[in-house]
Amino acid sequence: MPKDQPIVDTSPKVSDEVRKTTCYMCACRCGINVHMKDGKVAYIEGNKDHPVNQGVLCAKGSAGIMQVNAPSRLKAPLKRVGPRGSGEFEKITWEEALTIATDWLAPLRKTNPEKLAFFTGRDQSQSFTSFWAQGFGTPNYAAHGGFCSVNMAAAGIYTMGGAFWEFGQPDWDRTKMFMLFGVAEDHDSNPIKIGLGKLKARGAKVYGVNPIRSGYNAIADEWIGITPGTDGLFILSLVHELMKAGKIDLDYLARLTNAPVMVNGDEKSPEFGLFLRDKNGKPQVIDRKTGKLAAFDKKGVQPDLGGTIRKAGITYRTVFQLMADKYLDPQYAPEAVADKVGIPARRIQHIASELARVAFDEAIEIDQPWTDFRGETHDKMIGRPVAFHAMRGISAHANGFQTCRALHVLQIILGSVEVPGGFRFKPPYPKPPEAHPKPHCGAKPDCALDGPHLGFVHGPDDLLLKEDGSPARIDKAFTWENPMSAHGLMHMVISNAHAGDPYKIDTLFMYMANMSWNSSMNTGGVHQMLTDTDENGDYVIPRIIYSDAYSSEMVAYADLILPDTTYLERHDCISLLDRPICEADGVADAIRWPVIEPDRDVRGFQSTLCDLGARLGLPGFVNDDGSQKYADYADYITNHQRRPGVGPLAGWRMNEDGPTGGGRGDVNPDQIDKYIENGGFWIEHVPDEAQFYKPWNQAYQDWAVSKGLFDSPQPYIFSLYVEPMRKFQLAAEGHGDRQPPDHLRERIGKTMDPLPIWYSNEDDNKADEFPITALTQRPMAMYHSWGTQNAWLRQIHGQNPLFVPTKIWEENGFAEGDWARVTSPHGEITVPVAHMAALNENTVWTWNAIGKRKGAWALDENAPEATKGFLLNHLIHELLPPKGDGLRWSNSDPITGQAAWFDLKVRIAKADPPSESLPALPPIKSPVGQGPKNLTWKVGK
Amino acid sequence: MHPAPSIIFFTVASGLGFGMMFWLGIGAPTVIGFNAFLFYLVAYALAVGGLISSTFHLGNPQRALKAFTQWKTSWLSREGWLSVVTLSVIGLYAIAEIFFYTRLIPLGFLGAVLALASVFATSMIYGQLKTVPRWNQWTTPVVFLAMSLGGGALLAGQILPAIVLIVMAAIAVILAWITGDKAFDRAGHTLSSATGLGTDGAVRAFEPPHTGTNYLMKEMVHVIGRKHATKLRVIGMILFALLPVVLLLLSANHVTGAIAAVSHIAGALTIRWLFFAEAEHVVGLYYGKR
Amino acid sequence: MTQLPTSTEKKLGLVIDLDTCVGCHACVVSCKGWNTENYGAPLSDQDAYGSAPVGTFLNRVHSYEIQPDQGPAQLIHFPKSCLHCEDAPCVTVCPTGASYKRVEDGIVLVNESDCIGCGLCAWACPYGARELDQAEGVMKKCTLCVDRIYNENLPEEDRQPACVRTCPAGARHFGDFSDPDSNVSKLTAERGGMDLMPDQGTKPVNKYLPPRPKDTWEDIDILAPLLEPVAENAGGLLGWLDKTLEKL
Ligand SMILES: Nc1nc2c(c(=O)[nH]1)N[C@H]1C(S)=C(S)[C@@H](COP(=O)(O)OP(=O)(O)OC[C@H]3O[C@@H](n4cnc5c(=O)[nH]c(N)nc54)[C@H](O)[C@@H]3O)O[C@H]1N2
Ligand SMILES: Nc1nc2c(c(=O)[nH]1)N[C@H]1C(S)=C(S)[C@@H](COP(=O)(O)OP(=O)(O)OC[C@H]3O[C@@H](n4cnc5c(=O)[nH]c(N)nc54)[C@H](O)[C@@H]3O)O[C@H]1N2
Ligand code: SF4
Ligand code: SF4
Ligand code: SF4
Ligand code: SF4
Ligand code: SF4
Ligand SMILES: [Mo]
Repeated sequence: MPKDQPIVDTSPKVSDEVRKTTCYMCACRCGINVHMKDGKVAYIEGNKDHPVNQGVLCAKGSAGIMQVNAPSRLKAPLKRVGPRGSGEFEKITWEEALTIATDWLAPLRKTNPEKLAFFTGRDQSQSFTSFWAQGFGTPNYAAHGGFCSVNMAAAGIYTMGGAFWEFGQPDWDRTKMFMLFGVAEDHDSNPIKIGLGKLKARGAKVYGVNPIRSGYNAIADEWIGITPGTDGLFILSLVHELMKAGKIDLDYLARLTNAPVMVNGDEKSPEFGLFLRDKNGKPQVIDRKTGKLAAFDKKGVQPDLGGTIRKAGITYRTVFQLMADKYLDPQYAPEAVADKVGIPARRIQHIASELARVAFDEAIEIDQPWTDFRGETHDKMIGRPVAFHAMRGISAHANGFQTCRALHVLQIILGSVEVPGGFRFKPPYPKPPEAHPKPHCGAKPDCALDGPHLGFVHGPDDLLLKEDGSPARIDKAFTWENPMSAHGLMHMVISNAHAGDPYKIDTLFMYMANMSWNSSMNTGGVHQMLTDTDENGDYVIPRIIYSDAYSSEMVAYADLILPDTTYLERHDCISLLDRPICEADGVADAIRWPVIEPDRDVRGFQSTLCDLGARLGLPGFVNDDGSQKYADYADYITNHQRRPGVGPLAGWRMNEDGPTGGGRGDVNPDQIDKYIENGGFWIEHVPDEAQFYKPWNQAYQDWAVSKGLFDSPQPYIFSLYVEPMRKFQLAAEGHGDRQPPDHLRERIGKTMDPLPIWYSNEDDNKADEFPITALTQRPMAMYHSWGTQNAWLRQIHGQNPLFVPTKIWEENGFAEGDWARVTSPHGEITVPVAHMAALNENTVWTWNAIGKRKGAWALDENAPEATKGFLLNHLIHELLPPKGDGLRWSNSDPITGQAAWFDLKVRIAKADPPSESLPALPPIKSPVGQGPKNLTWKVGK
Repeated sequence: MHPAPSIIFFTVASGLGFGMMFWLGIGAPTVIGFNAFLFYLVAYALAVGGLISSTFHLGNPQRALKAFTQWKTSWLSREGWLSVVTLSVIGLYAIAEIFFYTRLIPLGFLGAVLALASVFATSMIYGQLKTVPRWNQWTTPVVFLAMSLGGGALLAGQILPAIVLIVMAAIAVILAWITGDKAFDRAGHTLSSATGLGTDGAVRAFEPPHTGTNYLMKEMVHVIGRKHATKLRVIGMILFALLPVVLLLLSANHVTGAIAAVSHIAGALTIRWLFFAEAEHVVGLYYGKR
Repeated sequence: MTQLPTSTEKKLGLVIDLDTCVGCHACVVSCKGWNTENYGAPLSDQDAYGSAPVGTFLNRVHSYEIQPDQGPAQLIHFPKSCLHCEDAPCVTVCPTGASYKRVEDGIVLVNESDCIGCGLCAWACPYGARELDQAEGVMKKCTLCVDRIYNENLPEEDRQPACVRTCPAGARHFGDFSDPDSNVSKLTAERGGMDLMPDQGTKPVNKYLPPRPKDTWEDIDILAPLLEPVAENAGGLLGWLDKTLEKL
């Protein structure tokens, strides 16, 4: 080293201590190493041992320090003193806050528990919050899944026992062709990026199906800039080509799916379209060895895909034949769909042929014997190395359920689900709908609900209707309007409660959802509903309790605020009973623990519920003597048992010899410490012989039982044909005693096809007058509204232009810095525009949830988020534009109730630049003041 | 580039101050005693004031002395040395004139050369920057030197040299504008070469890395409208050369001389403002600002 | 110290894979986090919660669109930090010697206690890799995480730059370009690693891997036999099915 070169300390001390916990800047739930200096958070990095992120961390995760120190953090319980929406509050003590809440809620429980609607947002403790709501006895509980991605989840469960993200993942290490449908970022954000990186390193091909070519789609080797809302048609065209060419995995279909199951073909039969079942209720197939009917799972049976049988005057044909009838129809030929989907026919054929080539000509084999549920042993695992992933781009449309189903059917006919190189489930999935609970609504005063709120229906009998046929739930979930609404409909709660339809409620209790802003459709309308008063001057929605950790837009609309801690200040558990964090080859769960103590008068919301539950005397929350059962959430996590031997956490449970590795076992008082010692998580690997074919693999089924995932082995076959949907159609055709209202018959008949179909939503959204689709995408560096309070992240995304494709840009003569008026059937906004060439020519889009209300988030009222940023939500309504039939139809999927965010159609025109984005809403008062001017953040010396 | 007032003032003032010192150093005019004191006061006020002003632009002016260490490679450091040496040499020379009524002629000539070298060094701070093609041409030192000499002559009351040199400086400035307008393109830097992405088609900046601004954009990506620039060039030329030269040619007395000087300095400031404001840094390419 | 070393023992730097970068800004923020807490002054932010927030970052991710003559437009995410140039103009312009290039590994650093904050080095850098911190008045730039890569307080596998360690897509690689067998040298050779603005003569050490060709489907012949129909209608398919199943 030359003598005048300065000496640099290349080995500075990094920190005093590393505390390992779980990130919660989004729902991906990566493991983090929190470096501490002087007892403060100094630096956050990824945990290399963690199954989810393997050491990497996204922008949000790395910015966690700006989140836990954000000036927008709520500081104490608040009681509203000004009018609703003003943001005027007074600080109160926790005792006062809990007394108020108890005084409001106890009488409801005594008389009519359904008067409480308890809805939680991106809650990661749903097995706990639902347990609380069940104890309270209200049928009105759900989390945010209904406006998020229930189409994807429900279509996956009904078809094959799981979908993407928490349910499963592509076999990133082996797949050779990967197709991504409608994903900007997704929940599994780091794993997807890690996976894409692996594909790129190997030179595997990535196909991006998305009207917008940004992010993941920007690195796709092939971009398919599809017309929004038409993926179902495109996928079924691929199915058409593959079936026509016989490029389908017949062996897989025959053995592992319901393709060979016999279906009643007699149009006049009340069971038309239902399965032929034996006396045990098992679906029947024809055994090719004997030519006779047999239960699908009989030992040694070789199901025939092609057979026909006549029994008692009724002809039964296989599901496969129905599929052939349907999908070989020329309406699905590439030439027939090309214009609608905006993809040339030759390209559709090219993609189909590539799928066929890679799946069959590049098949892979693993030398690993396994035994299937019929007792047959196979000496190899055969892989079809094509994999798919999809998210809200296909699910957040009103035809999303069927589109997601179509994608699953495509994967299945290629034989690429649960095989090497294809799609793999993550334990505790796969889990067919039958293994999930059914929804419950049995509410009685002073009583717990008769079962879990949410679940999977198997026919009209399972709908949640009152005796008079009216909806039992405030959100009208599990009714004829959306029978399979497995996650509820959070986006309908406020409007239904305001309309008193199906009934009035007293208290709306919400947690972690910014329902007066970015998670509501029709934002201005929602403000109206939340502040509307009746003839006595009382609020139409009488009471609103809300728990947030930050000064969000929603805070201003609540009467009582129960301030939460930040993610580094509380206990949490990411449980197998909930949305798990497992990987395809391992079962895992994790915790959060207070790596720092709050410096404010705030409490973890789950601990608050333990307290409130005890004050209300909820079953499960009090001891026999009426005393509080769980001192706090940590106590619950450790000591609660859902079923014998199964609690919130599966790691280090006890048996006679002390702590086990994990799985079933008794309560271990030191369980949380064990997690902390292990880096905040527990993982156990799936044995080699159980790695693939999980739904049918005896070794996997046995292992899953030993880990407490199920109570007994539950092998099943995939449902290409979803029989419960046919049951709803039968009802709509007039069969059975539970009958839909007449105005819904036609729609149920049309949409609830047991085999995937595609239908257009364009007319419903007035596409003739509003020809452009307007979309939103998640920015990778922001989490919905809550990223903005982060001083580092808001510099990256402080405003959001509307991106406009070249054609529309030129037609309107736009130039940089211009503004446009964007009109939908429902409303109008005026916003800045920017040019994007890599965009479907009839689509405009913007980043989601960047726009902010003045006064929220401890920002300056002139923050660019408020003056230039905007929400597209002003243009989206929870109801479709009137059709002239005197009815207002909900802007949701008719099967699941999923909010159809991406069906939005608009018109666009150049506008004179206003002084700020329109509509400009008046500021709300900040209950936390405003953040400091400058930051020179450094902890320790 | 961001036209920082402190830097504009620094370059103009120190240029004038050193320009005056050049003329005083070669004895044009020859001054003695109190008269000399007044001349040197003006020259030092300009040169030292300019140098002090340049430190306003520093993040840590208290460490300014460290800037003297790197004369081997850094024009800024060289400029520092040369200024100090010039100020010292001319200082001695001035002391002799003011207090001892003596002209140390060799010292004066040495100081004059050093004064020009200082101005040259200042110009090279900008002229060496490949990243700013408009600056990175022979015109930069020529313009700086010509402006310094012309302005210096004017302030030193050297009417004829002033007229000639101001006209020459004006020509140099105009040449610098003409060549400068093409310099960026001539240097061949494009978004395509900046990103290496041009092989498959036209490259366009899509989203910036941050929606807000940053140091680089504030400092180096200053966009000035073409019309605006043309107007300022005309105004600058009138004030810098036309008006002073015409006034001096018509009648050279104290009043016209003073007006000419004020006009000239205002013109020089305008021209120097444009020197910065019109200069485009290649980093602007990355931000799609070109 | 503003003389550049005639040669350096190692040439440490980054390879950034433009075919893989998804533009997530993870590297941007982890860099901000590490460097706020470590080497030199923290990276400050002005008007942090106000109407015009602006702060110091050592790494920023741009994005560009390419419109080919044929085919759809492409979007490229483009991270940019100091390229640790061999002929670093930022070093030679520095009047104080605060800027220097290390002899042992070629890392270009600013010795903040010598920096007067004149900004000249930032002007000299063609790539916009230096930012003057507005709170401290000193020049900040990528240090190649010199306080991580040799840090004995970190486990061996963590001795790499914060941005590389965090990049979820694995689009950033760190290594020694003077060693032809290093990961970075090999990637550069295999994938045609390129220099930015080579005509500036800075000889950057960091290399960028160009995006692979995209949307090439039209060049590839449709694999006709693969889609040879076995059946145009359901009846035909069932006939084929029987035949095929016989063979199974
Ligand atoms: N960084 C970050 N990560 C997040 C979130 C966040 O806010 N920030 N939010 C989390 C949440 S709650 C969710 S639900 C997930 C959602 O994650 P994603 O499913 O990735 O959701 P979006 O960002 O809404 O992206 C939807 C994508 O679908 C495309 N698209 C829209 N319509 C169509 C169509 O008809 N066809 C096709 N093929 N594509 C279409 C859009 O162009 C867009 O790219 O992300 C989660 N992860
Ligand atoms: N236009 C359009 N609108 C959309 C979508 C779209 O694609 N386009 N996507 C929809 C989807 S999928 C979703 S999931 C929703 C998301 O919308 P929201 O669920 O409203 O999401 P956030 O904005 O993240 O708001 C969650 C609230 O939780 C608070 N919070 C954050 N951390 C904590 C904590 O630790 N404790 C507590 N108690 N509160 C906390 C935040 O401060 C914030 O107020 O948006 C929906 N809205
Ligand atoms: S993806 Fe990012 S924000 Fe989400 S949990 Fe992981 S590190 Fe945290
Ligand atoms: S990239 Fe810029 S700052 Fe880095 S060494 Fe090269 S010239 Fe210097
Ligand atoms: S800002 Fe600092 S490092 Fe840069 S040239 Fe000036 S003194 Fe040197
Ligand atoms: S190497 Fe270190 S300092 Fe440089 S960009 Fe990466 S994280 Fe930042
Ligand atoms: S972290 Fe990696 S993928 Fe993300 S922007 Fe940086 S280089 Fe690109
Ligand atoms: Mo969501």
